Amino acid sequence: MTTGRETILGNIRKSLNRGPLSAERAAGPEHRLKAAKPNLVPARGAVEGAERVALFIAEAEKVDTTVSRVAAAAEVPGVVAAYLAAHDLPTALKAAPDPALADIPWSRQSTLAVRQGGPEGGDEVGVTGALAGIAETGTLMLVSGPHSPTTLNFLPDTHIAVLTTGAIDGTYEEAWARLRAAGSEGPEGAFMPRTVNLITGPSRTADIEQTLLLGAHGPRRLLIVIIDDQGP
Amino acid sequence: MAGQSPHVGLFVTCLVDLMRPSVGFAAVKLLQAAGCAVTVPAAQTCCGQPAYNSGDDEDARAIARRVIAAFEGFDYVVAPSGSCAGTIKVHYPRLFAGDTDMAKRAEDLARRTHELTSFLNDVLQVTDSKAEYRAKVTYHDTCSGLRELAVKTAPRALLGGVKGVELAESGGAETCCGFGGTFCVKYPDISGHMVDAKADDVIASGADVLLGGDLGCLLNIAGRLKRRGAAVGVRHVAEVLAGMTGGPAIGEGEG
Amino acid sequence: MESTSRTFEDNARKALIDADLRRALTKLGHGFPVKRRMAVERLPEFEGLRDAARAIKEDVLENLDFYLERFEERVVEQGGQVHWCVDAAEANQAVLAICQEAGARTVTKSKSMIGEEIAINEHLEANGITPVETDLGEYIIQLRGEPPSHIIAPAIHLSMDQVTETFRQCHDGLAADRELSEPRDLLEEARAILRQKFLAADVGITGANMLIAETGSVAVVTNEGNADLTMTLPRVHVVIASLEKVVPTLEDATTILRVLARSATGQETSVYTTFASGPRRPGDSDGPEEFHVVLLDNGRGAMLGGDFHDVLRCIRCGACLNHCPVYGTIGGHAYGWVYSGPIGAVLSPGLIGLEEAGHLPNASTLCGKCEEVCPMRIPLPKMLRHWRTRQFDRDLVPPASRAALKGWAFLAKRPALYRAATGLAMRLLGALGRRRGAFRRMPLAGGWTAARDLPAPEGATFMAQWSRRKGARP
Ligand code: SF4
Repeated sequence: MTTGRETILGNIRKSLNRGPLSAERAAGPEHRLKAAKPNLVPARGAVEGAERVALFIAEAEKVDTTVSRVAAAAEVPGVVAAYLAAHDLPTALKAAPDPALADIPWSRQSTLAVRQGGPEGGDEVGVTGALAGIAETGTLMLVSGPHSPTTLNFLPDTHIAVLTTGAIDGTYEEAWARLRAAGSEGPEGAFMPRTVNLITGPSRTADIEQTLLLGAHGPRRLLIVIIDDQGP
Repeated sequence: MAGQSPHVGLFVTCLVDLMRPSVGFAAVKLLQAAGCAVTVPAAQTCCGQPAYNSGDDEDARAIARRVIAAFEGFDYVVAPSGSCAGTIKVHYPRLFAGDTDMAKRAEDLARRTHELTSFLNDVLQVTDSKAEYRAKVTYHDTCSGLRELAVKTAPRALLGGVKGVELAESGGAETCCGFGGTFCVKYPDISGHMVDAKADDVIASGADVLLGGDLGCLLNIAGRLKRRGAAVGVRHVAEVLAGMTGGPAIGEGEG
Repeated sequence: MESTSRTFEDNARKALIDADLRRALTKLGHGFPVKRRMAVERLPEFEGLRDAARAIKEDVLENLDFYLERFEERVVEQGGQVHWCVDAAEANQAVLAICQEAGARTVTKSKSMIGEEIAINEHLEANGITPVETDLGEYIIQLRGEPPSHIIAPAIHLSMDQVTETFRQCHDGLAADRELSEPRDLLEEARAILRQKFLAADVGITGANMLIAETGSVAVVTNEGNADLTMTLPRVHVVIASLEKVVPTLEDATTILRVLARSATGQETSVYTTFASGPRRPGDSDGPEEFHVVLLDNGRGAMLGGDFHDVLRCIRCGACLNHCPVYGTIGGHAYGWVYSGPIGAVLSPGLIGLEEAGHLPNASTLCGKCEEVCPMRIPLPKMLRHWRTRQFDRDLVPPASRAALKGWAFLAKRPALYRAATGLAMRLLGALGRRRGAFRRMPLAGGWTAARDLPAPEGATFMAQWSRRKGARP
């Protein structure tokens, strides 16, 4: 009995008038996969330093993300507390079990009750790190792993992501390069975490009479706190 | 340019031939004024688009063969229609894709064929016009002309040289009017709604006259405007460029 | 789903008098196309990106078998499974088997056009499993038992009042006098109900915007975040995707993503783009335990290299619908099946048969706007013509139309006869119409004159006048 796999591959090859690719003909696509390289990259993201951070912030704000910039990790709790107060939000936070977040002196802000761990029902405010920011479109790149449960990016009503300026890339291609570099050793392709979330603003829908509403299924609001790690 | 005036074969198009011959004469006048020797081959009828668009490739090919033969030897072939010029320029070569000899001849004809305003403006680079037309006009970009032949600036540039013309662009100038050749006969209800939207757009532009480069679309839009009792005249752009606007506009009577 | 494409003309007529639909379509016309234009104007490289995106897909199609095998290898390495399904029945069976194996009672679903194509919901329901659509638009039409009317905005045809009515009817156990007068009220109600469904589901089914051969990842794009909850919360994640969705690398996916949202909604990018690669890993505190990709052919492999090859580049962005003057006039339901607009008119005859969907390729003016905006530069009008040719060749054209066409072609091939016949007719019509300049009614042209006058010909044809003039001159 032929399997669906054989039938389908057979159909494809029949249409293409050939058998399986010879080693020689496979070299092209093989190389394409191995040496993944950028195609045309828009110039918009080709900015450095302060300009890049500014672009990231401007693009993020265009899609209803709130962005706060602080000079040091120590200032994060204050900014977060102020944000929550301004929006009249609960002050119990669930932070991802991310060592970088543990370094933040949360206890300095007595109004905040921070617990680290995976999400549970009822978490209203989630705090996560991010592998990268992408200035081109004001996008966050978050990756799953023991330190960063994916559900924390989606279940709480409010998502707070903490990012350093050094983690902000200009383009998607740079962020992929960062991911590849951060990836585990192991077989090729294995740099890829189980889940990569590219997040650009809070959840939204326009399915009812094309009216734009925030907070469809994911977070209703997104705060990105950027910590300056490039000096003054 | 005496002695070397380009020899143009005029492809009249079936709709101009039958419905509004004055557009054909306007085209002749414009071409001659631009220094061309104009011939109208008697063997022409239609470009075959009705057959081609209806999937009747065999008849489309048979008609195309005749057109190709009738227009061999001219320096240029010009049609006062983006749609018919598009059929010759874009689709004839496709029709003969499997037949090298015919494909070559079709390519050759395609290379020499132009829509009227684009020929005058882009090829001959006509700038001066003796015409005068005191009216606020709006322009409808007919689909084939616009998307198959990129006719967009040519008619506007030429109209810019006509004394008295004020151009009022409409928001939907590039939106299809719903004519679509056989479409308007096969799906009259949908087509009727589309042309009604087009009429809204034309009226909203505040123009006295709608101009365009394809008679099919113009008959459609004029028909709808007239049915609505709108006081907007409709003319082929060639009439205005040639200063031949003495007769009634499309769909208007003599009394 | 049962197709109603055969009654396209009636469907369209109904659509033309549906006031809610007319309002929605007007809004659509002023929405997506305007936003797309603004996004395109902001990105100088847009046209270049279209070329690049097209080139990527052409490379994929040329090496489709290779990339699919690579994709599968990576998925398997990561602990997932690929199910190769030749047709809709096989795909339905594969999904059902996975659900049954998991002992599933309810499954959540994020929007998938392939799911619509194979009618997976009907199949699951028939087997006692309850599928719950989670994209808000898709959820609304599921409650109403309707097919999507747009490939990216499935409930675009509905007014808020219609949604309110549906929620009152379908959401049991809520106060009858609750406030549902604003879109926000409706969203909140749906969000609360669906949140429970997300948490309770045993299996989550998503579609895929792309499959990445390099990494064995599935890329899924949404604005709501529903796909993420669908794939992360249940024990089992099932992806249903057609085989042409594969792309080589993450960089290639990025290029396509750059044109996708801009073409679709005019956004710079969608809110959530997720790359999912296999099941939960050691140390993960969430994520599915099983990861399945149901890979569907359904005639696509056979399209490679043929007349409809180019359509395999489609990324289902919906731009061709948003800009189509016919879609904008009648909406999506008139097309009678899952896919509507220009892409639907090209796909449907291949999927449900030319006999069934014969109207669709004809219900187009071939204005070319779809091709102008298609990010993947698919020559949709050319494909519509291919269907028309097949229809004509297979004698599927109504006899009256065929006879009229043949009559015209007969004359067009015989200039002398043509001249005699048309010359006489035009002189007659010209004389009849001279005074008013147009006819209100005309035998055999009832379609035309229902909505518009028929401008009268001037009289003698150009060719008749020309030969007279030439005769008069030396
Ligand atoms: S055919 Fe082109 S425009 Fe239409 S949905 Fe597909 S990719 Fe988008």
